[in-house]
Amino acid sequence: MTSIAHLIKTFTLWEFVKAHWLTLQYFFKPKATINYPFEKNPLSPRFRGEHALRRYPNGEERCIACKLCEAVCPALAITIESEPREDGSRRTTRYDIDMTKCIYCGFCQEACPVDAIVEGPNLEFATETREELFYDKAKLLDNGAKWERAIAANLAADAPYR
Amino acid sequence: MTSFFQTLGMSYEAAWFTATIAGILLIALPLMLAVALIIYAERKLWAAFALRRGPNVVGPFGVLQSFADGLKVFLQETIIPSASNRGLFLIAPIITFTVALMAWAVIPFADGVVLSNINVGLLYILAISSLGVYGVVIAGWASNSKYPFYSAMRAAAQMISYEVSIGFILICIVLWAGTFNVGGIVEGQRGHIFGFINAYAFNPLLFPIAIMFLISSMAETARAPFDLTEAESELVAGYQTEYSSMAFALFWLGEYANVLLMCALNAILFWGGYLPPVDWAPLYAVPGIIWFLAKILLMFFVFAWVKATVPRYRYDQLMRLGWKIFLPISLFWVFLVSGYLMFTGHFA
Repeated sequence: MTSIAHLIKTFTLWEFVKAHWLTLQYFFKPKATINYPFEKNPLSPRFRGEHALRRYPNGEERCIACKLCEAVCPALAITIESEPREDGSRRTTRYDIDMTKCIYCGFCQEACPVDAIVEGPNLEFATETREELFYDKAKLLDNGAKWERAIAANLAADAPYR
Repeated sequence: MTSFFQTLGMSYEAAWFTATIAGILLIALPLMLAVALIIYAERKLWAAFALRRGPNVVGPFGVLQSFADGLKVFLQETIIPSASNRGLFLIAPIITFTVALMAWAVIPFADGVVLSNINVGLLYILAISSLGVYGVVIAGWASNSKYPFYSAMRAAAQMISYEVSIGFILICIVLWAGTFNVGGIVEGQRGHIFGFINAYAFNPLLFPIAIMFLISSMAETARAPFDLTEAESELVAGYQTEYSSMAFALFWLGEYANVLLMCALNAILFWGGYLPPVDWAPLYAVPGIIWFLAKILLMFFVFAWVKATVPRYRYDQLMRLGWKIFLPISLFWVFLVSGYLMFTGHFA
């Protein structure tokens, strides 16, 4: 009896009919995806995107070249060289991040005692060449200038939970 | 059209020649445009089944996506592998593309609107669609690379297997219509059911083979769920693996022209071609070509629907379906249909 039922099911393509009915129902459902470049999902204040080097409101660089980020970086993506400045304070002469190595773990911003290196909310920094992803100090400071307001707001929003 | 050119003062031969060239262009150019749009339509449909949006950036609703892709492909370098057989490597996509266009010569777009109204049109289509496999086999062989070669072997076996049952299915239709002429088959469906439904597919005796023809035509064009010739998890991109640029684009155009051809054949053989679905006078106010295109699009929707629903077959399952199920059933159906027609005195 079951074999006859199986035979009938096979020859009426019953499973296929059921499957196609199911997919047809999905066809008329609203789309699950957003219209990405034109509409974007909200990001958490903890989102770890493109790196930036911040400055104090008076324009002084925050980074004091303690090299904790370089030490903690598991991907060895950060390279720092430092020298005393004319006024005697220690500053970086070189601060490079190889964005092709970076794994966006966020350890650098956790390690930073002065909130100088942070991962901002920017995730759209694709480039056409590999070389453009070797960020130097100027690029990182420039990112800091560009994204300071968003970064500061995110840090403030996340501060109560730290 | 020949007489129109004759009124312009041409001799009969020159007029016939000009009319044929014009007819070819009138079919081939819109067909290529249609292929570009149908690729876009398929991506949209497929995306909708997967709850995605599909291409929507290039042009209004992304309609120009295929043209952007085409432009990108045409600007690329044609890479010819040094180990390949250069001549055959370049001829293969041309064969696929040309053959895909050739079969359209006998497709009637409306009553009497057909490039060449030959009496054995269906036989011609069968012959031409069999030739299509040469492009694939030559591509696989000339690439001198293992995955294309495997793919070519699969394609050859697959197309031949399903052509057999397609042949028997066509025989059933030919028996019922009493003609090999494609236009004649469409006319044979006028008022076929209860005197007013214009389709063979609603004939209980022909409905099963309509479904079988639909499935076979998916296998014939190597579409999902029978796209084993380009099963990317096994064969990279199948016979197209070594191709780039124009040659690759020609394969794509040919493939989708074939899909459209199969949709058109489904529409013509079983769903009444250019006839309106019901034999009712006001429906004839809509030109036949509109009905025909609507039916092609509906069939294409079914093709895309199946592609979005059914996972790929295993190769032995494909062969089993072709040889152990479709072939016996279609053979049996030839007996059934011819027996019925004999018994009811259709041939009297």
